[in-house]
Amino acid sequence: IICCPPPLQMQFMLLFSRQGKLRLQKWYVPLSDKEKKKITRELVQTVLARKPKMCSFLEWRDLKIVYKRYASLYFCCAIEDQDNELITLEIIHRYVELLDKYFGSVCELDIIFNFEKAYFILDEFLLGGEAQETSKKNVLKAIEQADLLQEVRLGGGDLHGI
Amino acid sequence: MSPSVRLQEMIRVIRSARTQCEERGVIQRECAAIRAQFRQADNVGRSHNLAKLLYVHMLGYPAHFGQMECVRLIASPRYSEKRVGYLGAMMLLDEKQDASLLITNSIKNDLSHSNQYVQSLALCTLACMGSAEMCRDLAPEIDRLLRTSNSYIKKKAALCAVHIVRKVPELGELFTTAAHSLLSEKNHGVLHGAVLLAPWLVHIMKGLVMSGYSPEHNVAGISDPFLQVRILRLLRILGRNNDTASDAMNDLLAQVATNTDSSKTAGSAVLYETVLTIMDIKSESGLRVLAVNILGRFLLNNDRNIRYISMMSLQKIVQTDHNAVQRHRGTIVDCLKDPDASVKRRALELSLALVSAVNIRSMMKELLLFLSSCPPELRAQAASGIFSAAERYAPSQRWHIDTILHVLTTAGADVRDETVPNLIQLITTANELHSYTVHKLYRALVADISQQSLVQVACWCVGEYGDLLLRAECDDTEPVQVFRPWKVRSCTCILFRYGLTFLRVCVIR
Repeated sequence: IICCPPPLQMQFMLLFSRQGKLRLQKWYVPLSDKEKKKITRELVQTVLARKPKMCSFLEWRDLKIVYKRYASLYFCCAIEDQDNELITLEIIHRYVELLDKYFGSVCELDIIFNFEKAYFILDEFLLGGEAQETSKKNVLKAIEQADLLQEVRLGGGDLHGI
Repeated sequence: MSPSVRLQEMIRVIRSARTQCEERGVIQRECAAIRAQFRQADNVGRSHNLAKLLYVHMLGYPAHFGQMECVRLIASPRYSEKRVGYLGAMMLLDEKQDASLLITNSIKNDLSHSNQYVQSLALCTLACMGSAEMCRDLAPEIDRLLRTSNSYIKKKAALCAVHIVRKVPELGELFTTAAHSLLSEKNHGVLHGAVLLAPWLVHIMKGLVMSGYSPEHNVAGISDPFLQVRILRLLRILGRNNDTASDAMNDLLAQVATNTDSSKTAGSAVLYETVLTIMDIKSESGLRVLAVNILGRFLLNNDRNIRYISMMSLQKIVQTDHNAVQRHRGTIVDCLKDPDASVKRRALELSLALVSAVNIRSMMKELLLFLSSCPPELRAQAASGIFSAAERYAPSQRWHIDTILHVLTTAGADVRDETVPNLIQLITTANELHSYTVHKLYRALVADISQQSLVQVACWCVGEYGDLLLRAECDDTEPVQVFRPWKVRSCTCILFRYGLTFLRVCVIR
């Protein structure tokens, strides 16, 4: 009876620079490489064409796009029609805060040179497009532990002994 | 040198390429090296090679030759390799490819790994890209994990279950029992149905809204807005088409609506979700009015995002809750002046929906004002909307004609073709107004001959009622001096027919 989950979902999140260079792409729906490229191209163009004073939401195809610029990076999420745009803005903001805490005053170069870390942090915050942990402290603690595991001297995190 | 520096070194080299061609060259070389490394049975920097490939892939270059390496790395006993392997799988594989099936077994093994961070990788990957087949295969594992005592894993398993049920709805039943126990973990009692569940959620929600400060989950003074929104969303589903469940949540929704501080986005997000819930369930009318009032307050918010959201929502309910929305008409009309074009568009649509016989005169003033300064992409829509409204609610024929003429002078180029014959039809039937109309049209023509539709109507009108033009039939006009056909020369060929009748009148005098 109650195990009917809401059809609402974040479909994807893109991070790109002001020149339109992709810095991170997380897809929560199955699409071919070709389709992903097409969507990315179109959406990046659309968002970059927005003027600074315009609102953070736009309708694109049958989705709602929520975007916000932090310094030189655009954070862009696609959500479905019934989703809450305002909470999505909060999700973006929370992700930025997490990156900031992890890298210590994060900038675009951090995301470029440590892109895998950016993904790992995102994956500890969102799972399947939904927020899994809303305590900043817990997310960062988990990342810290996972990083430690990676560094374990036994050949880069050999798990046989654990 | 630590392998990760080699990855960063590669990134640096790629970025320093001065042309696209140079970049391609660098990448081709790197990919060749990476491919060679993949072929080696055992090498130390495996995860870093894959990471390099993933970077290259993000730049838009082909990376399918790395798919099998992902599969291999996922099966590795080393955490660092698994971590990058799973990341690679999520980036390079999708459920439409056969290669994704190859990782199902690894995921299954990792789901029962003794280390929770390994389990976490598997759960994340499944929730991100699990195909229907993989979901069917692994659902029992997820169900088992839902009952673990490890909350770090349990929360991930729960979201994984959500993904599974989205992909394969029939599997929902499998998780029912686990879900129940999951929810009753923090609370007493066993829940057996939507009606029982609703009050329980209401209880949690109350706790979040009214209780003290939890710094960990706090966002701008709001207790865990993400959780609040999620609970509200679930309440929305429960209350839909269910009177009893809806009744149970009425008080809570009113409480959230009244007690949530909307000065920051987090609070507004919760209020917005509350409004969405109220509108979707079988709520009592007082609650609905409360929701509309929240939206009305949003219209006055400094943040344009919130103004935009408000108008989107008001538009959805303007038919069903017309009177409640009417109360905010003034604010909505003010939004016609908002600098943001998307807000303006919404304000226009909403304003047009709020026009009624009672407010037609004042609304039309605002709409015509809007038309004279609105962005070009909205003119056609505004003109068309004004015409419809005028047709439905015109208090008098003279007012109607005046309105249409006003639109033609302001935005004549953006009106539809049938406007001209429609107006002609209207003028024909308004017998007492022929003199008034022809005078007005002539004066408009003298002032501005560039609007084609206006000229068309004017020419026709002067052709029909030119005699009235030359007589002072109306109290407020004087006999008009009809001048040389220099005016007619400016008409285009299309107006030739009209122009001729016009000429006839000029010539007679």
